[in-house]
Amino acid sequence: MNTLLEIRNLHAGVDDGAAVRPILRGLDLTVRAGEVHAVMGPNGSGKSTLAYVLAGRDRYTVTSGEILYDGHSLLDIAPEERARAGVFLAFQYPVEIPGVSNIYLLKAAVNAARKHRGEEELDAMDFLALVRDKLTTMGMDEALLYRPVNQGFSGGEKKRNEILQMALLEPRLAILDETDSGLDIDALRTVADGIQAMRRSDRGIVLITHYQRLLDYVIPDHIHVLAQGRIALSGGPELARELERRGYAWVENGAPAEKSLPSGAAPAGRTATSTPSGE
Amino acid sequence: MGSPTFNLDEFIGQKYRQGFFTPLESDTVPHGLDENVIRLISEKKGEPAFMLDWRLQAYRHWLTMTEPKWSSVKYPPIDYQAISYYSAPKSKKVGPRSLDEVDPELLRTYEKLGVPLAEREMLAGVAVDAVFDSVSVATTFKAKLAELGIIFSSFSDAVKEYPELVQKYLGSVVPYTDNYFACLNSAVFSDGSFCYIPPGVRCPMELSTYFRINARNTGQFERTLIIADKGAYVSYLEGCTAPMRDENQLHAAVVELIALEDAQIKYSTVQNWYPGDKNGKGGIYNFVTKRGECRGDNARISWTQVETGSAITWKYPSVVLRGDNSIGEFYSVALTNNHQQADTGTKMIHLGKNTRSTILSKGISAGHGHNAYRGLVKVAKSAVNARNYTQCDSLLLGDQCAAHTFPYIEVKNPGAQIEHEATTSRIGEDQLFYCQSRGLSAEDAVAMIVNGFCKEVFKELPMEFAVEAQKLLGISLEGSVG
Ligand SMILES: Nc1ncnc2c1ncn2[C@@H]1O[C@H](COP(=O)(O)OP(=O)(O)O)[C@@H](O)[C@H]1O
Ligand SMILES: [Mg+2]
Repeated sequence: MNTLLEIRNLHAGVDDGAAVRPILRGLDLTVRAGEVHAVMGPNGSGKSTLAYVLAGRDRYTVTSGEILYDGHSLLDIAPEERARAGVFLAFQYPVEIPGVSNIYLLKAAVNAARKHRGEEELDAMDFLALVRDKLTTMGMDEALLYRPVNQGFSGGEKKRNEILQMALLEPRLAILDETDSGLDIDALRTVADGIQAMRRSDRGIVLITHYQRLLDYVIPDHIHVLAQGRIALSGGPELARELERRGYAWVENGAPAEKSLPSGAAPAGRTATSTPSGE
Repeated sequence: MGSPTFNLDEFIGQKYRQGFFTPLESDTVPHGLDENVIRLISEKKGEPAFMLDWRLQAYRHWLTMTEPKWSSVKYPPIDYQAISYYSAPKSKKVGPRSLDEVDPELLRTYEKLGVPLAEREMLAGVAVDAVFDSVSVATTFKAKLAELGIIFSSFSDAVKEYPELVQKYLGSVVPYTDNYFACLNSAVFSDGSFCYIPPGVRCPMELSTYFRINARNTGQFERTLIIADKGAYVSYLEGCTAPMRDENQLHAAVVELIALEDAQIKYSTVQNWYPGDKNGKGGIYNFVTKRGECRGDNARISWTQVETGSAITWKYPSVVLRGDNSIGEFYSVALTNNHQQADTGTKMIHLGKNTRSTILSKGISAGHGHNAYRGLVKVAKSAVNARNYTQCDSLLLGDQCAAHTFPYIEVKNPGAQIEHEATTSRIGEDQLFYCQSRGLSAEDAVAMIVNGFCKEVFKELPMEFAVEAQKLLGISLEGSVG
């Protein structure tokens, strides 16, 4: 399997105009094609910061370290170019855009990616056929296509809309930031099915989540826990339940390194068994 | 380090594409204003006596007036003695009769501006009257329109060729006593366009005036007078540009529209006067009085405007709904960027029975721009069963700009139905980053958002101008993306 994303010793923070406030402090993560990685961690641990840094958001500044996507550094690449090259971010808080219909944005996004790949742009009819197909799988009402982007959408509709975008854009690397939070059980099911359907041998998925419940539906290959700006602990899918039981304090206090670990779990950087480094 | 992304502040810095100056020999009267200057203008134009009298009456009235201070715009005092009130590209004493007589340099200027003057543009189907500084330089399609009895000519020609029409309608909608700038215009107006559509005639093409200020330290004071006789129809478009200069230049125009029984006038403006530079230096003061009167029953007047230029815009295209069942409409997009200020809106004066008006105003502010909507809906006691619908939307790009709305409503007839809706949305880095993360460039994202916001107004514009207006908004918001 080839390495899709490689993050090495990443230091990054928020630039408030005067200085960069450090948030990520030496983060390593490697995602290979075909893998699903869950990144968990308490509120404020820097999960969204990681997502924004990967998507290239202004003000989320990298102070040192490397981010390689497909072997190339992402650091000097504009966000729209990252997107066209196949990096997708599903937002924790999807943004409302007044006056722009949802279908208009979707079509513009799909065509920007197609143009980048040298493919012909889809016309309105072809696009409508494509989007209708995906809408049905997401259990979304067609009326949502004609409303302004995310405006007046319920929490669940916004999250489904993110997954719809992912399904249409077919990214190579998808970063889903708490797509599960704020969903009722039925919506969670649909969203999880949507994510599950995206699993493919040539695609990598990073599932950022606060809770373990999404991971009952989308069973990740690896789970990482973010604490103090680094991956403090990595393990297999069973780590989710362990965390659920013990709480994040268990990781934040640095306990698992000393204590007996659940099988497959190991502190980051100590063993290589479950923190794959690019090979 | 950091990724090379988008900076909204830089992005909305703008370029002005029509900011070139054409070196032409011109005939410019010395700056300053007194009765002699007015006599000189009138004489240069070979005007009949009634015209000079009217100008002088206006001038004497103007001397008794003071500059209005009620709008929300701010500017240093204007020195009316430092302006030259007449400037014409030097040519023969009489204005050019055909395109061959027009200075080729001038034709090239209009070509650069994309104005279809040359005959090869016949197919474009737009008849153009081009006003360069103070005089009208060419009116295309004059002959073809004449076959239908349509008069479309420069104002100066109309004064000489159709004095009775001019005398009958001039100042009948905007009397010279109306306001300070309209009064000044009445005294010193140099040229403009005149249009008369005879009864029952539907004008087969868009009529268009193109205004350009070229000379330094001149004011432009043009007048447009359009009359649609009973059952006539005309669609009229006005476009404007000016070179970039550090000084402010005054543009004080008057437009009067008269729609008789069953007639319809559609007047569209794409105003792109030089807005000044990033720091607010230079630019046009656009103080314009535009008013139409539905003088007969079932008449209809619509104003559609896309205002992207000028340092200061101060205009309220209005409709007096005198005829029963008459309709007034106002569709507006006003954009202010950098240090531009706009105080614009409309007045709908309902006098006749069953009169209806619609106001749709879209204000876009970016940079340090200030945008104010000021509107008056007035329903007289006589206006039984009058209806108005007003919608006022503001779009703010970034967090340094501002939008204000001042809707005034005066209703003397209790049966009137007045509806008002207003929204404000702010577009910031969040929205732009969201679009970028979906593969759109910042420019495309802004264009998409702005066009989405304006589409209800754009659809009121004639097709080719809608495209033009979209491009113009794109340019006005364009800048460097880090
Ligand atoms: N734009 C921002 N401005 C200032 N501080 C921020 C910003 N974004 C995130 N932070 C801070 O960075 C830390 C990590 O936040 P975040 O990445 O959103 O965490 P998580 O997604 O794990 O809850 C928090 O302390 C948060 O307050
Ligand atoms: Mg978060």
